Amino acid sequence: MSLLGHPLLLILAIPLAGGVLVACTGRWPNLREAVTLVASVLLFLVAYRLMEEIGSGGRPGLVLIEVLPGLPIALEGEPLGALFGCIASGLWIVNSLYSIGYMRGNNEHKQTRFYICFTIAIASAMGIAFAGNMFTLFLFYEMLSLSTYPLVAHKENEEAKIGARVYIGLLLGTSIGFQLVAIIWTWVAAGTLDFEPGGILRDAVPPAILPILLALYMFGIGKAALMPFHRWLPSAMVAPTPVSALLHAVAVVKAGVFTVLKVVIYIFGIDLLAETGASNWLVWVASFTLVTASLVAMTKDNLKARLAYSTVSQLAYIVLAAALASGLGVLGGALHIASHAVGKITLFMCAGAIYVATHKTEISDMKGLGRAMPFTFGAFCIGSLSIIGLPPLAGGLSKWYLSLAAAESGLVIAVLVYMASALLNVAYLMPVVVLGFFGRPDGAPADWQHEPVRLPWLCVLPPCITAVLCLYLFVDGDSVIALLLPLME
Amino acid sequence: MAFLDHVAILQVAVPLLAAPLCVMLPGRHLPWALTLAVSWFTLVCSIVLLAEVSAGGSIAYHLGNWPPPIGIEYRVDAINALVLLVVSGISAVALPYARRSVEHEIEPDRHGLFYTAYLLCLTGLLGVTITGDAFNIFVFLEISSLSTYVLVAAGARLDRRALSAAYTYLVLGTVGATFFVLGVGLLYMVTGTLNIADLAERLPPLAESRVVQAAFAFVVAGMGLKLAMFPLHTWLPNAYAYAPSLVTVFLAATATKVSVYVLLRFVYTVFGHEFAFIEPVLAWLVLPLAVIAMLAGSVVAIHQDNLKRMFAWSSIAQIGYMMLGLALASASGLTATVLHLFNHALMKGALFMALGGVMLRIGAVSLASVRGLASEMPWTFAALVIGGLSLIGVPGTVGFVSKWYLILAAIEKGWWLLALLIVAASLLAVIYVWKLVEAAYLQPAPQDRERVRDMPPDMLIPLWVLALANIWFGIDAGLTTSVAGTVVNAFLGGGS
Amino acid sequence: MPEAITEHYNYWLVIFLLMAGLFVTITSGNLVKKIVGLNVFQTAVFLFYISLAKLEGGTAPILTGEPERFSNPLPHVLILTAIVVGVATTALGLALVVRIRETYGSIEEAGLQEADRQDELRAAAEQGR
Repeated sequence: MSLLGHPLLLILAIPLAGGVLVACTGRWPNLREAVTLVASVLLFLVAYRLMEEIGSGGRPGLVLIEVLPGLPIALEGEPLGALFGCIASGLWIVNSLYSIGYMRGNNEHKQTRFYICFTIAIASAMGIAFAGNMFTLFLFYEMLSLSTYPLVAHKENEEAKIGARVYIGLLLGTSIGFQLVAIIWTWVAAGTLDFEPGGILRDAVPPAILPILLALYMFGIGKAALMPFHRWLPSAMVAPTPVSALLHAVAVVKAGVFTVLKVVIYIFGIDLLAETGASNWLVWVASFTLVTASLVAMTKDNLKARLAYSTVSQLAYIVLAAALASGLGVLGGALHIASHAVGKITLFMCAGAIYVATHKTEISDMKGLGRAMPFTFGAFCIGSLSIIGLPPLAGGLSKWYLSLAAAESGLVIAVLVYMASALLNVAYLMPVVVLGFFGRPDGAPADWQHEPVRLPWLCVLPPCITAVLCLYLFVDGDSVIALLLPLME
Repeated sequence: MAFLDHVAILQVAVPLLAAPLCVMLPGRHLPWALTLAVSWFTLVCSIVLLAEVSAGGSIAYHLGNWPPPIGIEYRVDAINALVLLVVSGISAVALPYARRSVEHEIEPDRHGLFYTAYLLCLTGLLGVTITGDAFNIFVFLEISSLSTYVLVAAGARLDRRALSAAYTYLVLGTVGATFFVLGVGLLYMVTGTLNIADLAERLPPLAESRVVQAAFAFVVAGMGLKLAMFPLHTWLPNAYAYAPSLVTVFLAATATKVSVYVLLRFVYTVFGHEFAFIEPVLAWLVLPLAVIAMLAGSVVAIHQDNLKRMFAWSSIAQIGYMMLGLALASASGLTATVLHLFNHALMKGALFMALGGVMLRIGAVSLASVRGLASEMPWTFAALVIGGLSLIGVPGTVGFVSKWYLILAAIEKGWWLLALLIVAASLLAVIYVWKLVEAAYLQPAPQDRERVRDMPPDMLIPLWVLALANIWFGIDAGLTTSVAGTVVNAFLGGGS
Repeated sequence: MPEAITEHYNYWLVIFLLMAGLFVTITSGNLVKKIVGLNVFQTAVFLFYISLAKLEGGTAPILTGEPERFSNPLPHVLILTAIVVGVATTALGLALVVRIRETYGSIEEAGLQEADRQDELRAAAEQGR
């Protein structure tokens, strides 16, 4: 296969080329958005083909360039990355449709810059998904932080400035402050940064030191939003909703937990962690984050803030699964990456649709709104149920495996936390649906009560599509599990 | 090939001879054109030299065919070929940029004189780097320094503080050079030679001599002043802040690097780091000072309003990185220092060029004056951001490569605290770079400022050459790391 | 101990001049006096070089054929260069002082610093508006 047509190269080149074309066609909005759509569809096709190839046992690899002696920028496909890449690129298509509706419906400024940064962010996410070693992953990780900064600061007002400052400060701070040190330490100890099944640290680092190295990684991966470094995620909610939807429910945060899983599986190795118990402390930190974030979410009246804390809590599910250091846990975590992605993007797109239609952001102002926007609130309901973990929706499947893993590990705390948090999920997500459909608005009647809500159809259709995807992922769960099975070995 | 035989001397002689010629040239364009041609010529020379020695050999050139110890010898190996490349390369890139910037900042009738001083400065820096004779280093150092004082003072047309800055620089620079020459005299007293290669041979048996130790102290203190090692840095911020833009670009990228090179040369070639009295000096004096410079320089940079001074303080911090690598005295540490010599020149060159563009358009470079400017000068500020990211050490930029080796060196020694301090200094860089980013991109432009255009292409292209070099050598560091590897082998392999 | 002083009196002289020069350079508030201090400081180094080349009973290094003791000429030559450098530095320093006097109206360091501080404040006030 020639280098130019190599799917791993295409997976980076398509979004980047899309970005260049968007920059060139910025003057003609229709053309510009067509370019974004075409790029996203092409990217998904390539990612899907890669997933098929990897599913049938292939492990495509590509070395782009050797940066330092022994440290190349290398790409390699493996099941976890294929799944993440496929989810992110697939949801990019839906989100691009939604962006068009949202950005135009809201008359946002500097839309060209918005679309360019978006393509760079997607390219970075793809780079993370298909990184062949920790160095490459770190490169794209930082690229993702930087390319999303202009998106978070998009509104360019005081609030956006401060939110974006927290965002970039925490992400760069943790990644340079801890992760980079951990990576160089690994390099010194193991002499390599390649992702190897079974890990590279066995015999390289004394077992007593492993928890410290693991802590540097876990807190260094700020995108996984482990407390106390979770503040950037709520801060990022000042961004336009499509950004929150795709980046802060899918690409960025999932890049974080994806990196966590990669580090646990391919740097440390599940067996090594299980034997030494180096990840036991992480169970407690993740559990704490999980429960605390859920409790905080219940107190938030701002819908996007509530969703953000919900995301923090759901990410902790995956970190907790990784901390269990078992095959089942990894499988459950990987599944939850997929299922939470489709569920949460649905919720965010609904929140955005509500904002475009009524400019309402507070949950207490949405009483009765569901009757005026049945499709939006219907999709919200399905997304919520999926995140709560109700079969036959995607969340049901992933939470089933997560609970199995917890039970298998014999850690009572993990089982308890998973059970309690499902209840907490109900407590902070369902009120939105219930108030929306059955609540009575207080105070003066709002516009949407006496005249029909005007909403671009491009804001309504995408959440409905992802709601259907929630269902599909459950029905077709077998094939996803089949793809991920090699991880358990 | 006559050219190839004499390329070492042509490197220095051509700019030296061009300087008096330049005084006689009339008008504004001819002096500039001559300087440009000379800079490009020196760049060609240094590329030829680097190509010849990058494999590990060295070139010796005897001036007037007098063999050393009688004659002066020019000796080129990997490290000074690299520094030559930095000096001539930055000069070659900066000169196309210089024309408009100098027209804007220097009195029209003084361009010939300005470029003469510039050529002399270039001569001096190249000479210091290429010569293999300790006293010759002093002579060239003073040629470059004296012309630098003039160049800094030339900024007085825009801001009179350039004069007091130049004066301070003159006093401290002269003290530094005099210390250095005193050290060289002591060395001559005990060894009877000034040739660096001979010194290196004759010194080891004299390691216990008090005179040799005193000589080392004088050389380190003298060079410490010249390279602005904390706490001998006081001349630097104002000199960089008030010098004309071209001068800041050139000085920030090259002058301190050349002094770092001299120190490297003395510590590792002339004395040899295995000298019993050098190790504690490195570990207990240079290293702590480097760490303080790294942190204090960054903290002060955060509190600056004048952007040129902000990046000048950042230079003090970055010099701390170089001194740290030097003091660690390990292969990774030295690699970091050598790489950072090159990489920091790229970063600061790009940053100060961009600021020069801002100076050209709005006449001031403070945080307040660049508010909202990014949308009017998008290309300039995009390059500024790249330079800033490189300064932070974001992967994919040159700054990351040098930081990688520096942290590697600290971890290899098991000095965890040091690794964390290096990282902390990077995070401080995030703060001051981001203050600039926020001001330029996220704040509204002041009402009373007229909208301006971006820099003209002849200034943008050099800027972007440097900005892209920041990325290029950050992604493909093969060339720089292999040269650094050769250098480190020569430094560490010889004695131990 | 006394021999340490008498035999090496030239070095003691050099050290005294060095310190005196440096002291004046650092402590004097007058820019011209600073330059003078710098001159003394540099001259000390010249003396150091010249005196280390001197041999007891040595003459100028003119080869007359007879075996003779003569002084090492190299340091003398070096110091010729260094003197040139010193003169250039002094000239440049004084030229700068002249310019400073023209623009600041003072050659006292204190006055200069005060003026620079005022400039700073004025610049800050202009941008603040």
